[in-house]
Amino acid sequence: MRIGTFLRPALTLLLLALVLRPVWFTPFFAPFAPAGGPVIYERASLLSLSISHLGLVAAASAAATLVAVTLAILVTRPAGAAFLPLSRTITNMGQTFPPVAVLALAVPALGFGAGPTLVALFLYGLLPIFENAIVALSTLPPATMEAARGIGLNRWQQLLRVELPLALPVTLTGIRLSVVIALGTATLGSTVAARTLGEVIIAGLLTNNTAFVLQGGLIVGLFAVLIYDALVQLEARLVRRTGG
Amino acid sequence: MIEIDRITRLYNGVPAVDAVTMTVETGTVTVIVGTSGSGKTTLLRMINRLEEPSSGEVRINGESTLTIKPHILRRRIGYAIQGHGLFPHHTVARNIGAVPELLNWSADKISARVDELLRLFSMEPATFRNRYPGELSGGQQQRVGVARALASRPDLLLMDEPFGALDPVIRTRAQDDLRRIQKQLGSTIILVTHDMEEAIRLADRVAVMDSGQLVQHGTPAEIITRPATEFVADMVGRVERPLRLLSLVPVSELVEEGVAEGEALPVDASLRDALSVCLWTGRAAVPVEQDGVLVGRVTFEAIRARARAHP
Amino acid sequence: MNAKGSAGALSAPGILFAVLGLAAMLAPFMTLAANRIVAGDAIVAWRLAEPGVTLPGLLSLAAGLALGLLAAWPRIRMAGAALGLAGLFWLLMAGTPHLLAGAGEYARVSPAAGFWCLLAVFILLMSDALGNLAPGPLARAALLIAALAALTLVLWSGALSDLSIMQEYAGRKPAFIDAFVRHLGLAFGSLAIAGVIGFPLGILCHRRAQLRGAILPVLSFLQTIPSLAMFGLMIPILGWVGQTVPGAQSIGIAGIGFAPAFLALVFYSLLPVVGNTVAGLAAAPPVAIEAARGMGMTQRQRLLRVELPLGLPVILTGVRIVLVQNIGLAVIAGLIGGGGFGTFVFQGLNQTATDLILLGALPTVMLALVAAIAMDILVDLVRTTPEATA
Repeated sequence: MRIGTFLRPALTLLLLALVLRPVWFTPFFAPFAPAGGPVIYERASLLSLSISHLGLVAAASAAATLVAVTLAILVTRPAGAAFLPLSRTITNMGQTFPPVAVLALAVPALGFGAGPTLVALFLYGLLPIFENAIVALSTLPPATMEAARGIGLNRWQQLLRVELPLALPVTLTGIRLSVVIALGTATLGSTVAARTLGEVIIAGLLTNNTAFVLQGGLIVGLFAVLIYDALVQLEARLVRRTGG
Repeated sequence: MIEIDRITRLYNGVPAVDAVTMTVETGTVTVIVGTSGSGKTTLLRMINRLEEPSSGEVRINGESTLTIKPHILRRRIGYAIQGHGLFPHHTVARNIGAVPELLNWSADKISARVDELLRLFSMEPATFRNRYPGELSGGQQQRVGVARALASRPDLLLMDEPFGALDPVIRTRAQDDLRRIQKQLGSTIILVTHDMEEAIRLADRVAVMDSGQLVQHGTPAEIITRPATEFVADMVGRVERPLRLLSLVPVSELVEEGVAEGEALPVDASLRDALSVCLWTGRAAVPVEQDGVLVGRVTFEAIRARARAHP
Repeated sequence: MNAKGSAGALSAPGILFAVLGLAAMLAPFMTLAANRIVAGDAIVAWRLAEPGVTLPGLLSLAAGLALGLLAAWPRIRMAGAALGLAGLFWLLMAGTPHLLAGAGEYARVSPAAGFWCLLAVFILLMSDALGNLAPGPLARAALLIAALAALTLVLWSGALSDLSIMQEYAGRKPAFIDAFVRHLGLAFGSLAIAGVIGFPLGILCHRRAQLRGAILPVLSFLQTIPSLAMFGLMIPILGWVGQTVPGAQSIGIAGIGFAPAFLALVFYSLLPVVGNTVAGLAAAPPVAIEAARGMGMTQRQRLLRVELPLGLPVILTGVRIVLVQNIGLAVIAGLIGGGGFGTFVFQGLNQTATDLILLGALPTVMLALVAAIAMDILVDLVRTTPEATA
């Protein structure tokens, strides 16, 4: 905890500097660049790549959350119960699909660019959220649900006032897993010509320029770690509040 | 003989068990009673060195337990705990044979011992040997737990709230079983409980613990009639004292010539049972039988006289 | 009430499958292209060949979907799924030569959206029916072997060898086998190393809470690093090792290729292995551990006789996670010259050659699925004890 309070702002500052003022790091990256080659990636602004990267992840994750939670609510209602085993099978099987393969398979269907990346991120992001939301909604404390019925809440009120709030922390864990996977997979989106931070790493790999690889890797890694950490904090706060 | 000699256990400088000295005779049942946090479980766990004493020692037949490696010591001492602690992935037979297996008994000897113990606990070996703990009822699990603790014919059997997880009806039966088996085998038992009723029912000697100290050690009758401290008196329950005392005396002690109406009580029933029948039926006497033959009666007057004349 | 009663007789997922399946039957079943790069013309199922050939296929698809509706008979639903799958492959095998006849030397035929959707529908139907049957692990193993044997037979027979993806394969047979071996080497090799490091580390973490508190956060941190970045970051590290440590290069440690990919996979494997070992060892009921201690088991005996046997299902679940994850991540090795199926995926992406992408992606997906199913069977096999009731 104490390490976290010190490290978190430090890493955030480092990330901001790397994205906004990459030139500052020239002395650090220079030893890794090939002789005479560029040290700092300048073909595109790192800020715009970051925004595009995070935008893709945010859009895909938001859509995935909306769809996954809606589906999870539907299959945990009495009317949708027949689909519960099937949806478990789909999540189990779906998660064995490698993210890279999902991305690559989206290309033949959708062509190159942001489109296939978005679809792959969305499809792959659905599963952890859906799985966690189902677990959360189907393992609510029976005494609480009994009490909710007992005090006369109707089904809609039970869902909104009791089930969803109680299911939130576990669902959020699913969203966190999904966002972290999406951040990583979006990097690969650059192999199908989406504008993401993966572009920097791939440029480095193609030109044997380790400085680019380090630069891109560091930025993406920091984003992932900080976003992961922020979501963990959010979950911890929610769990404290619901006493889970 | 088990001698506990000025044994102390400190946690962060605070004594959980404070210089307790106590002797347990071979072949007797000693029940340690106390509220939670009284140090009774810590005291028990120091005997087989699941907790190491901060000072003092325990001697078994004159030999200090500190001279024996803990795991070797524990193989000589039976240990049964609340919630039985059976290994869920082993069959009943393998669970009971666990300590003999550790002691490298031959397979034949282990299997014979397992069957012997299952019969002792009224569980048909052919039926139960190959079941898993998850397939047994709570009472059966508890019996297997005790059978496991007895498997290697230990010098001493330690029991930590062994009946705590059972419902009242099964608990009474398990207590009767334990008393019967202990008499049959002549085992030495030290048992921990928070339930004074259980202590009085089972014990030759009761040891009452309070805040890490042994406040009284004596026969159940002594504990009831001459509680050493206010705490012991509270534990016994002042109002229930005469009833507890009567529960210690079998009707055979007061049986007299004569006849009475109603259903007969066996001679080993307690005076408390007899009193209960008198009150319930409104009669002044209860007939007593032994092996199906009427041997006399016990009168309400006699019970009342006995309750007033505490030893 | 009435509507609900009739829906009870029909399987609700079955209805969904039937609707999706019928829609997919209207979608293009195959494409015919002039060569391997250009986009092809879409052809629906009933135009693949003359009606005498396509009709049996279409009928078995429809019959399969219909049988899938019978909620009360999961065995018949299974049979329906098998019938539907047979129909799919019949159409594929019948359509390929017919479309290629007179279409030119470089013409390529591939399965299209309709085929893939129907394939997914029938596989889901099969697993839905299987879920109702709840077969034991051995029965599932037999089914898995039977399914793999059937697939091998179809591929071996050459009936599909005129498909575009199979032509890609034919042109790259040695490369494909090499990629296959490399891919397995990456996935299983890194798992083995992670096991050698991770199991003892997990046991140590189980025993010392301090170590656990120090190591698990570091491993979860490693897990959050995006895969491309991790693979990329291994390159300078191993490049440096290769250049500075004498003899390192001669055993293949260098900045590019197999070594960095392998190392990255080992890092990703550590968290599931260590984490699940710790969770598995902690899964033994505390009273059972207390009893084991009380009866005089040594720490080693407790580990071997109580904690490990009880924790094995959870530990193996960790191995399953690692295996499936590594089979997927090993694709990225293709980007840094580490070999494996990723080589085809990224070559295919570069050349915009769909079939080459599929040649890399499909075996990867298959491999991951088979590994997941096989590991699930194994986990069930070691979970022999009946669940405790108390």
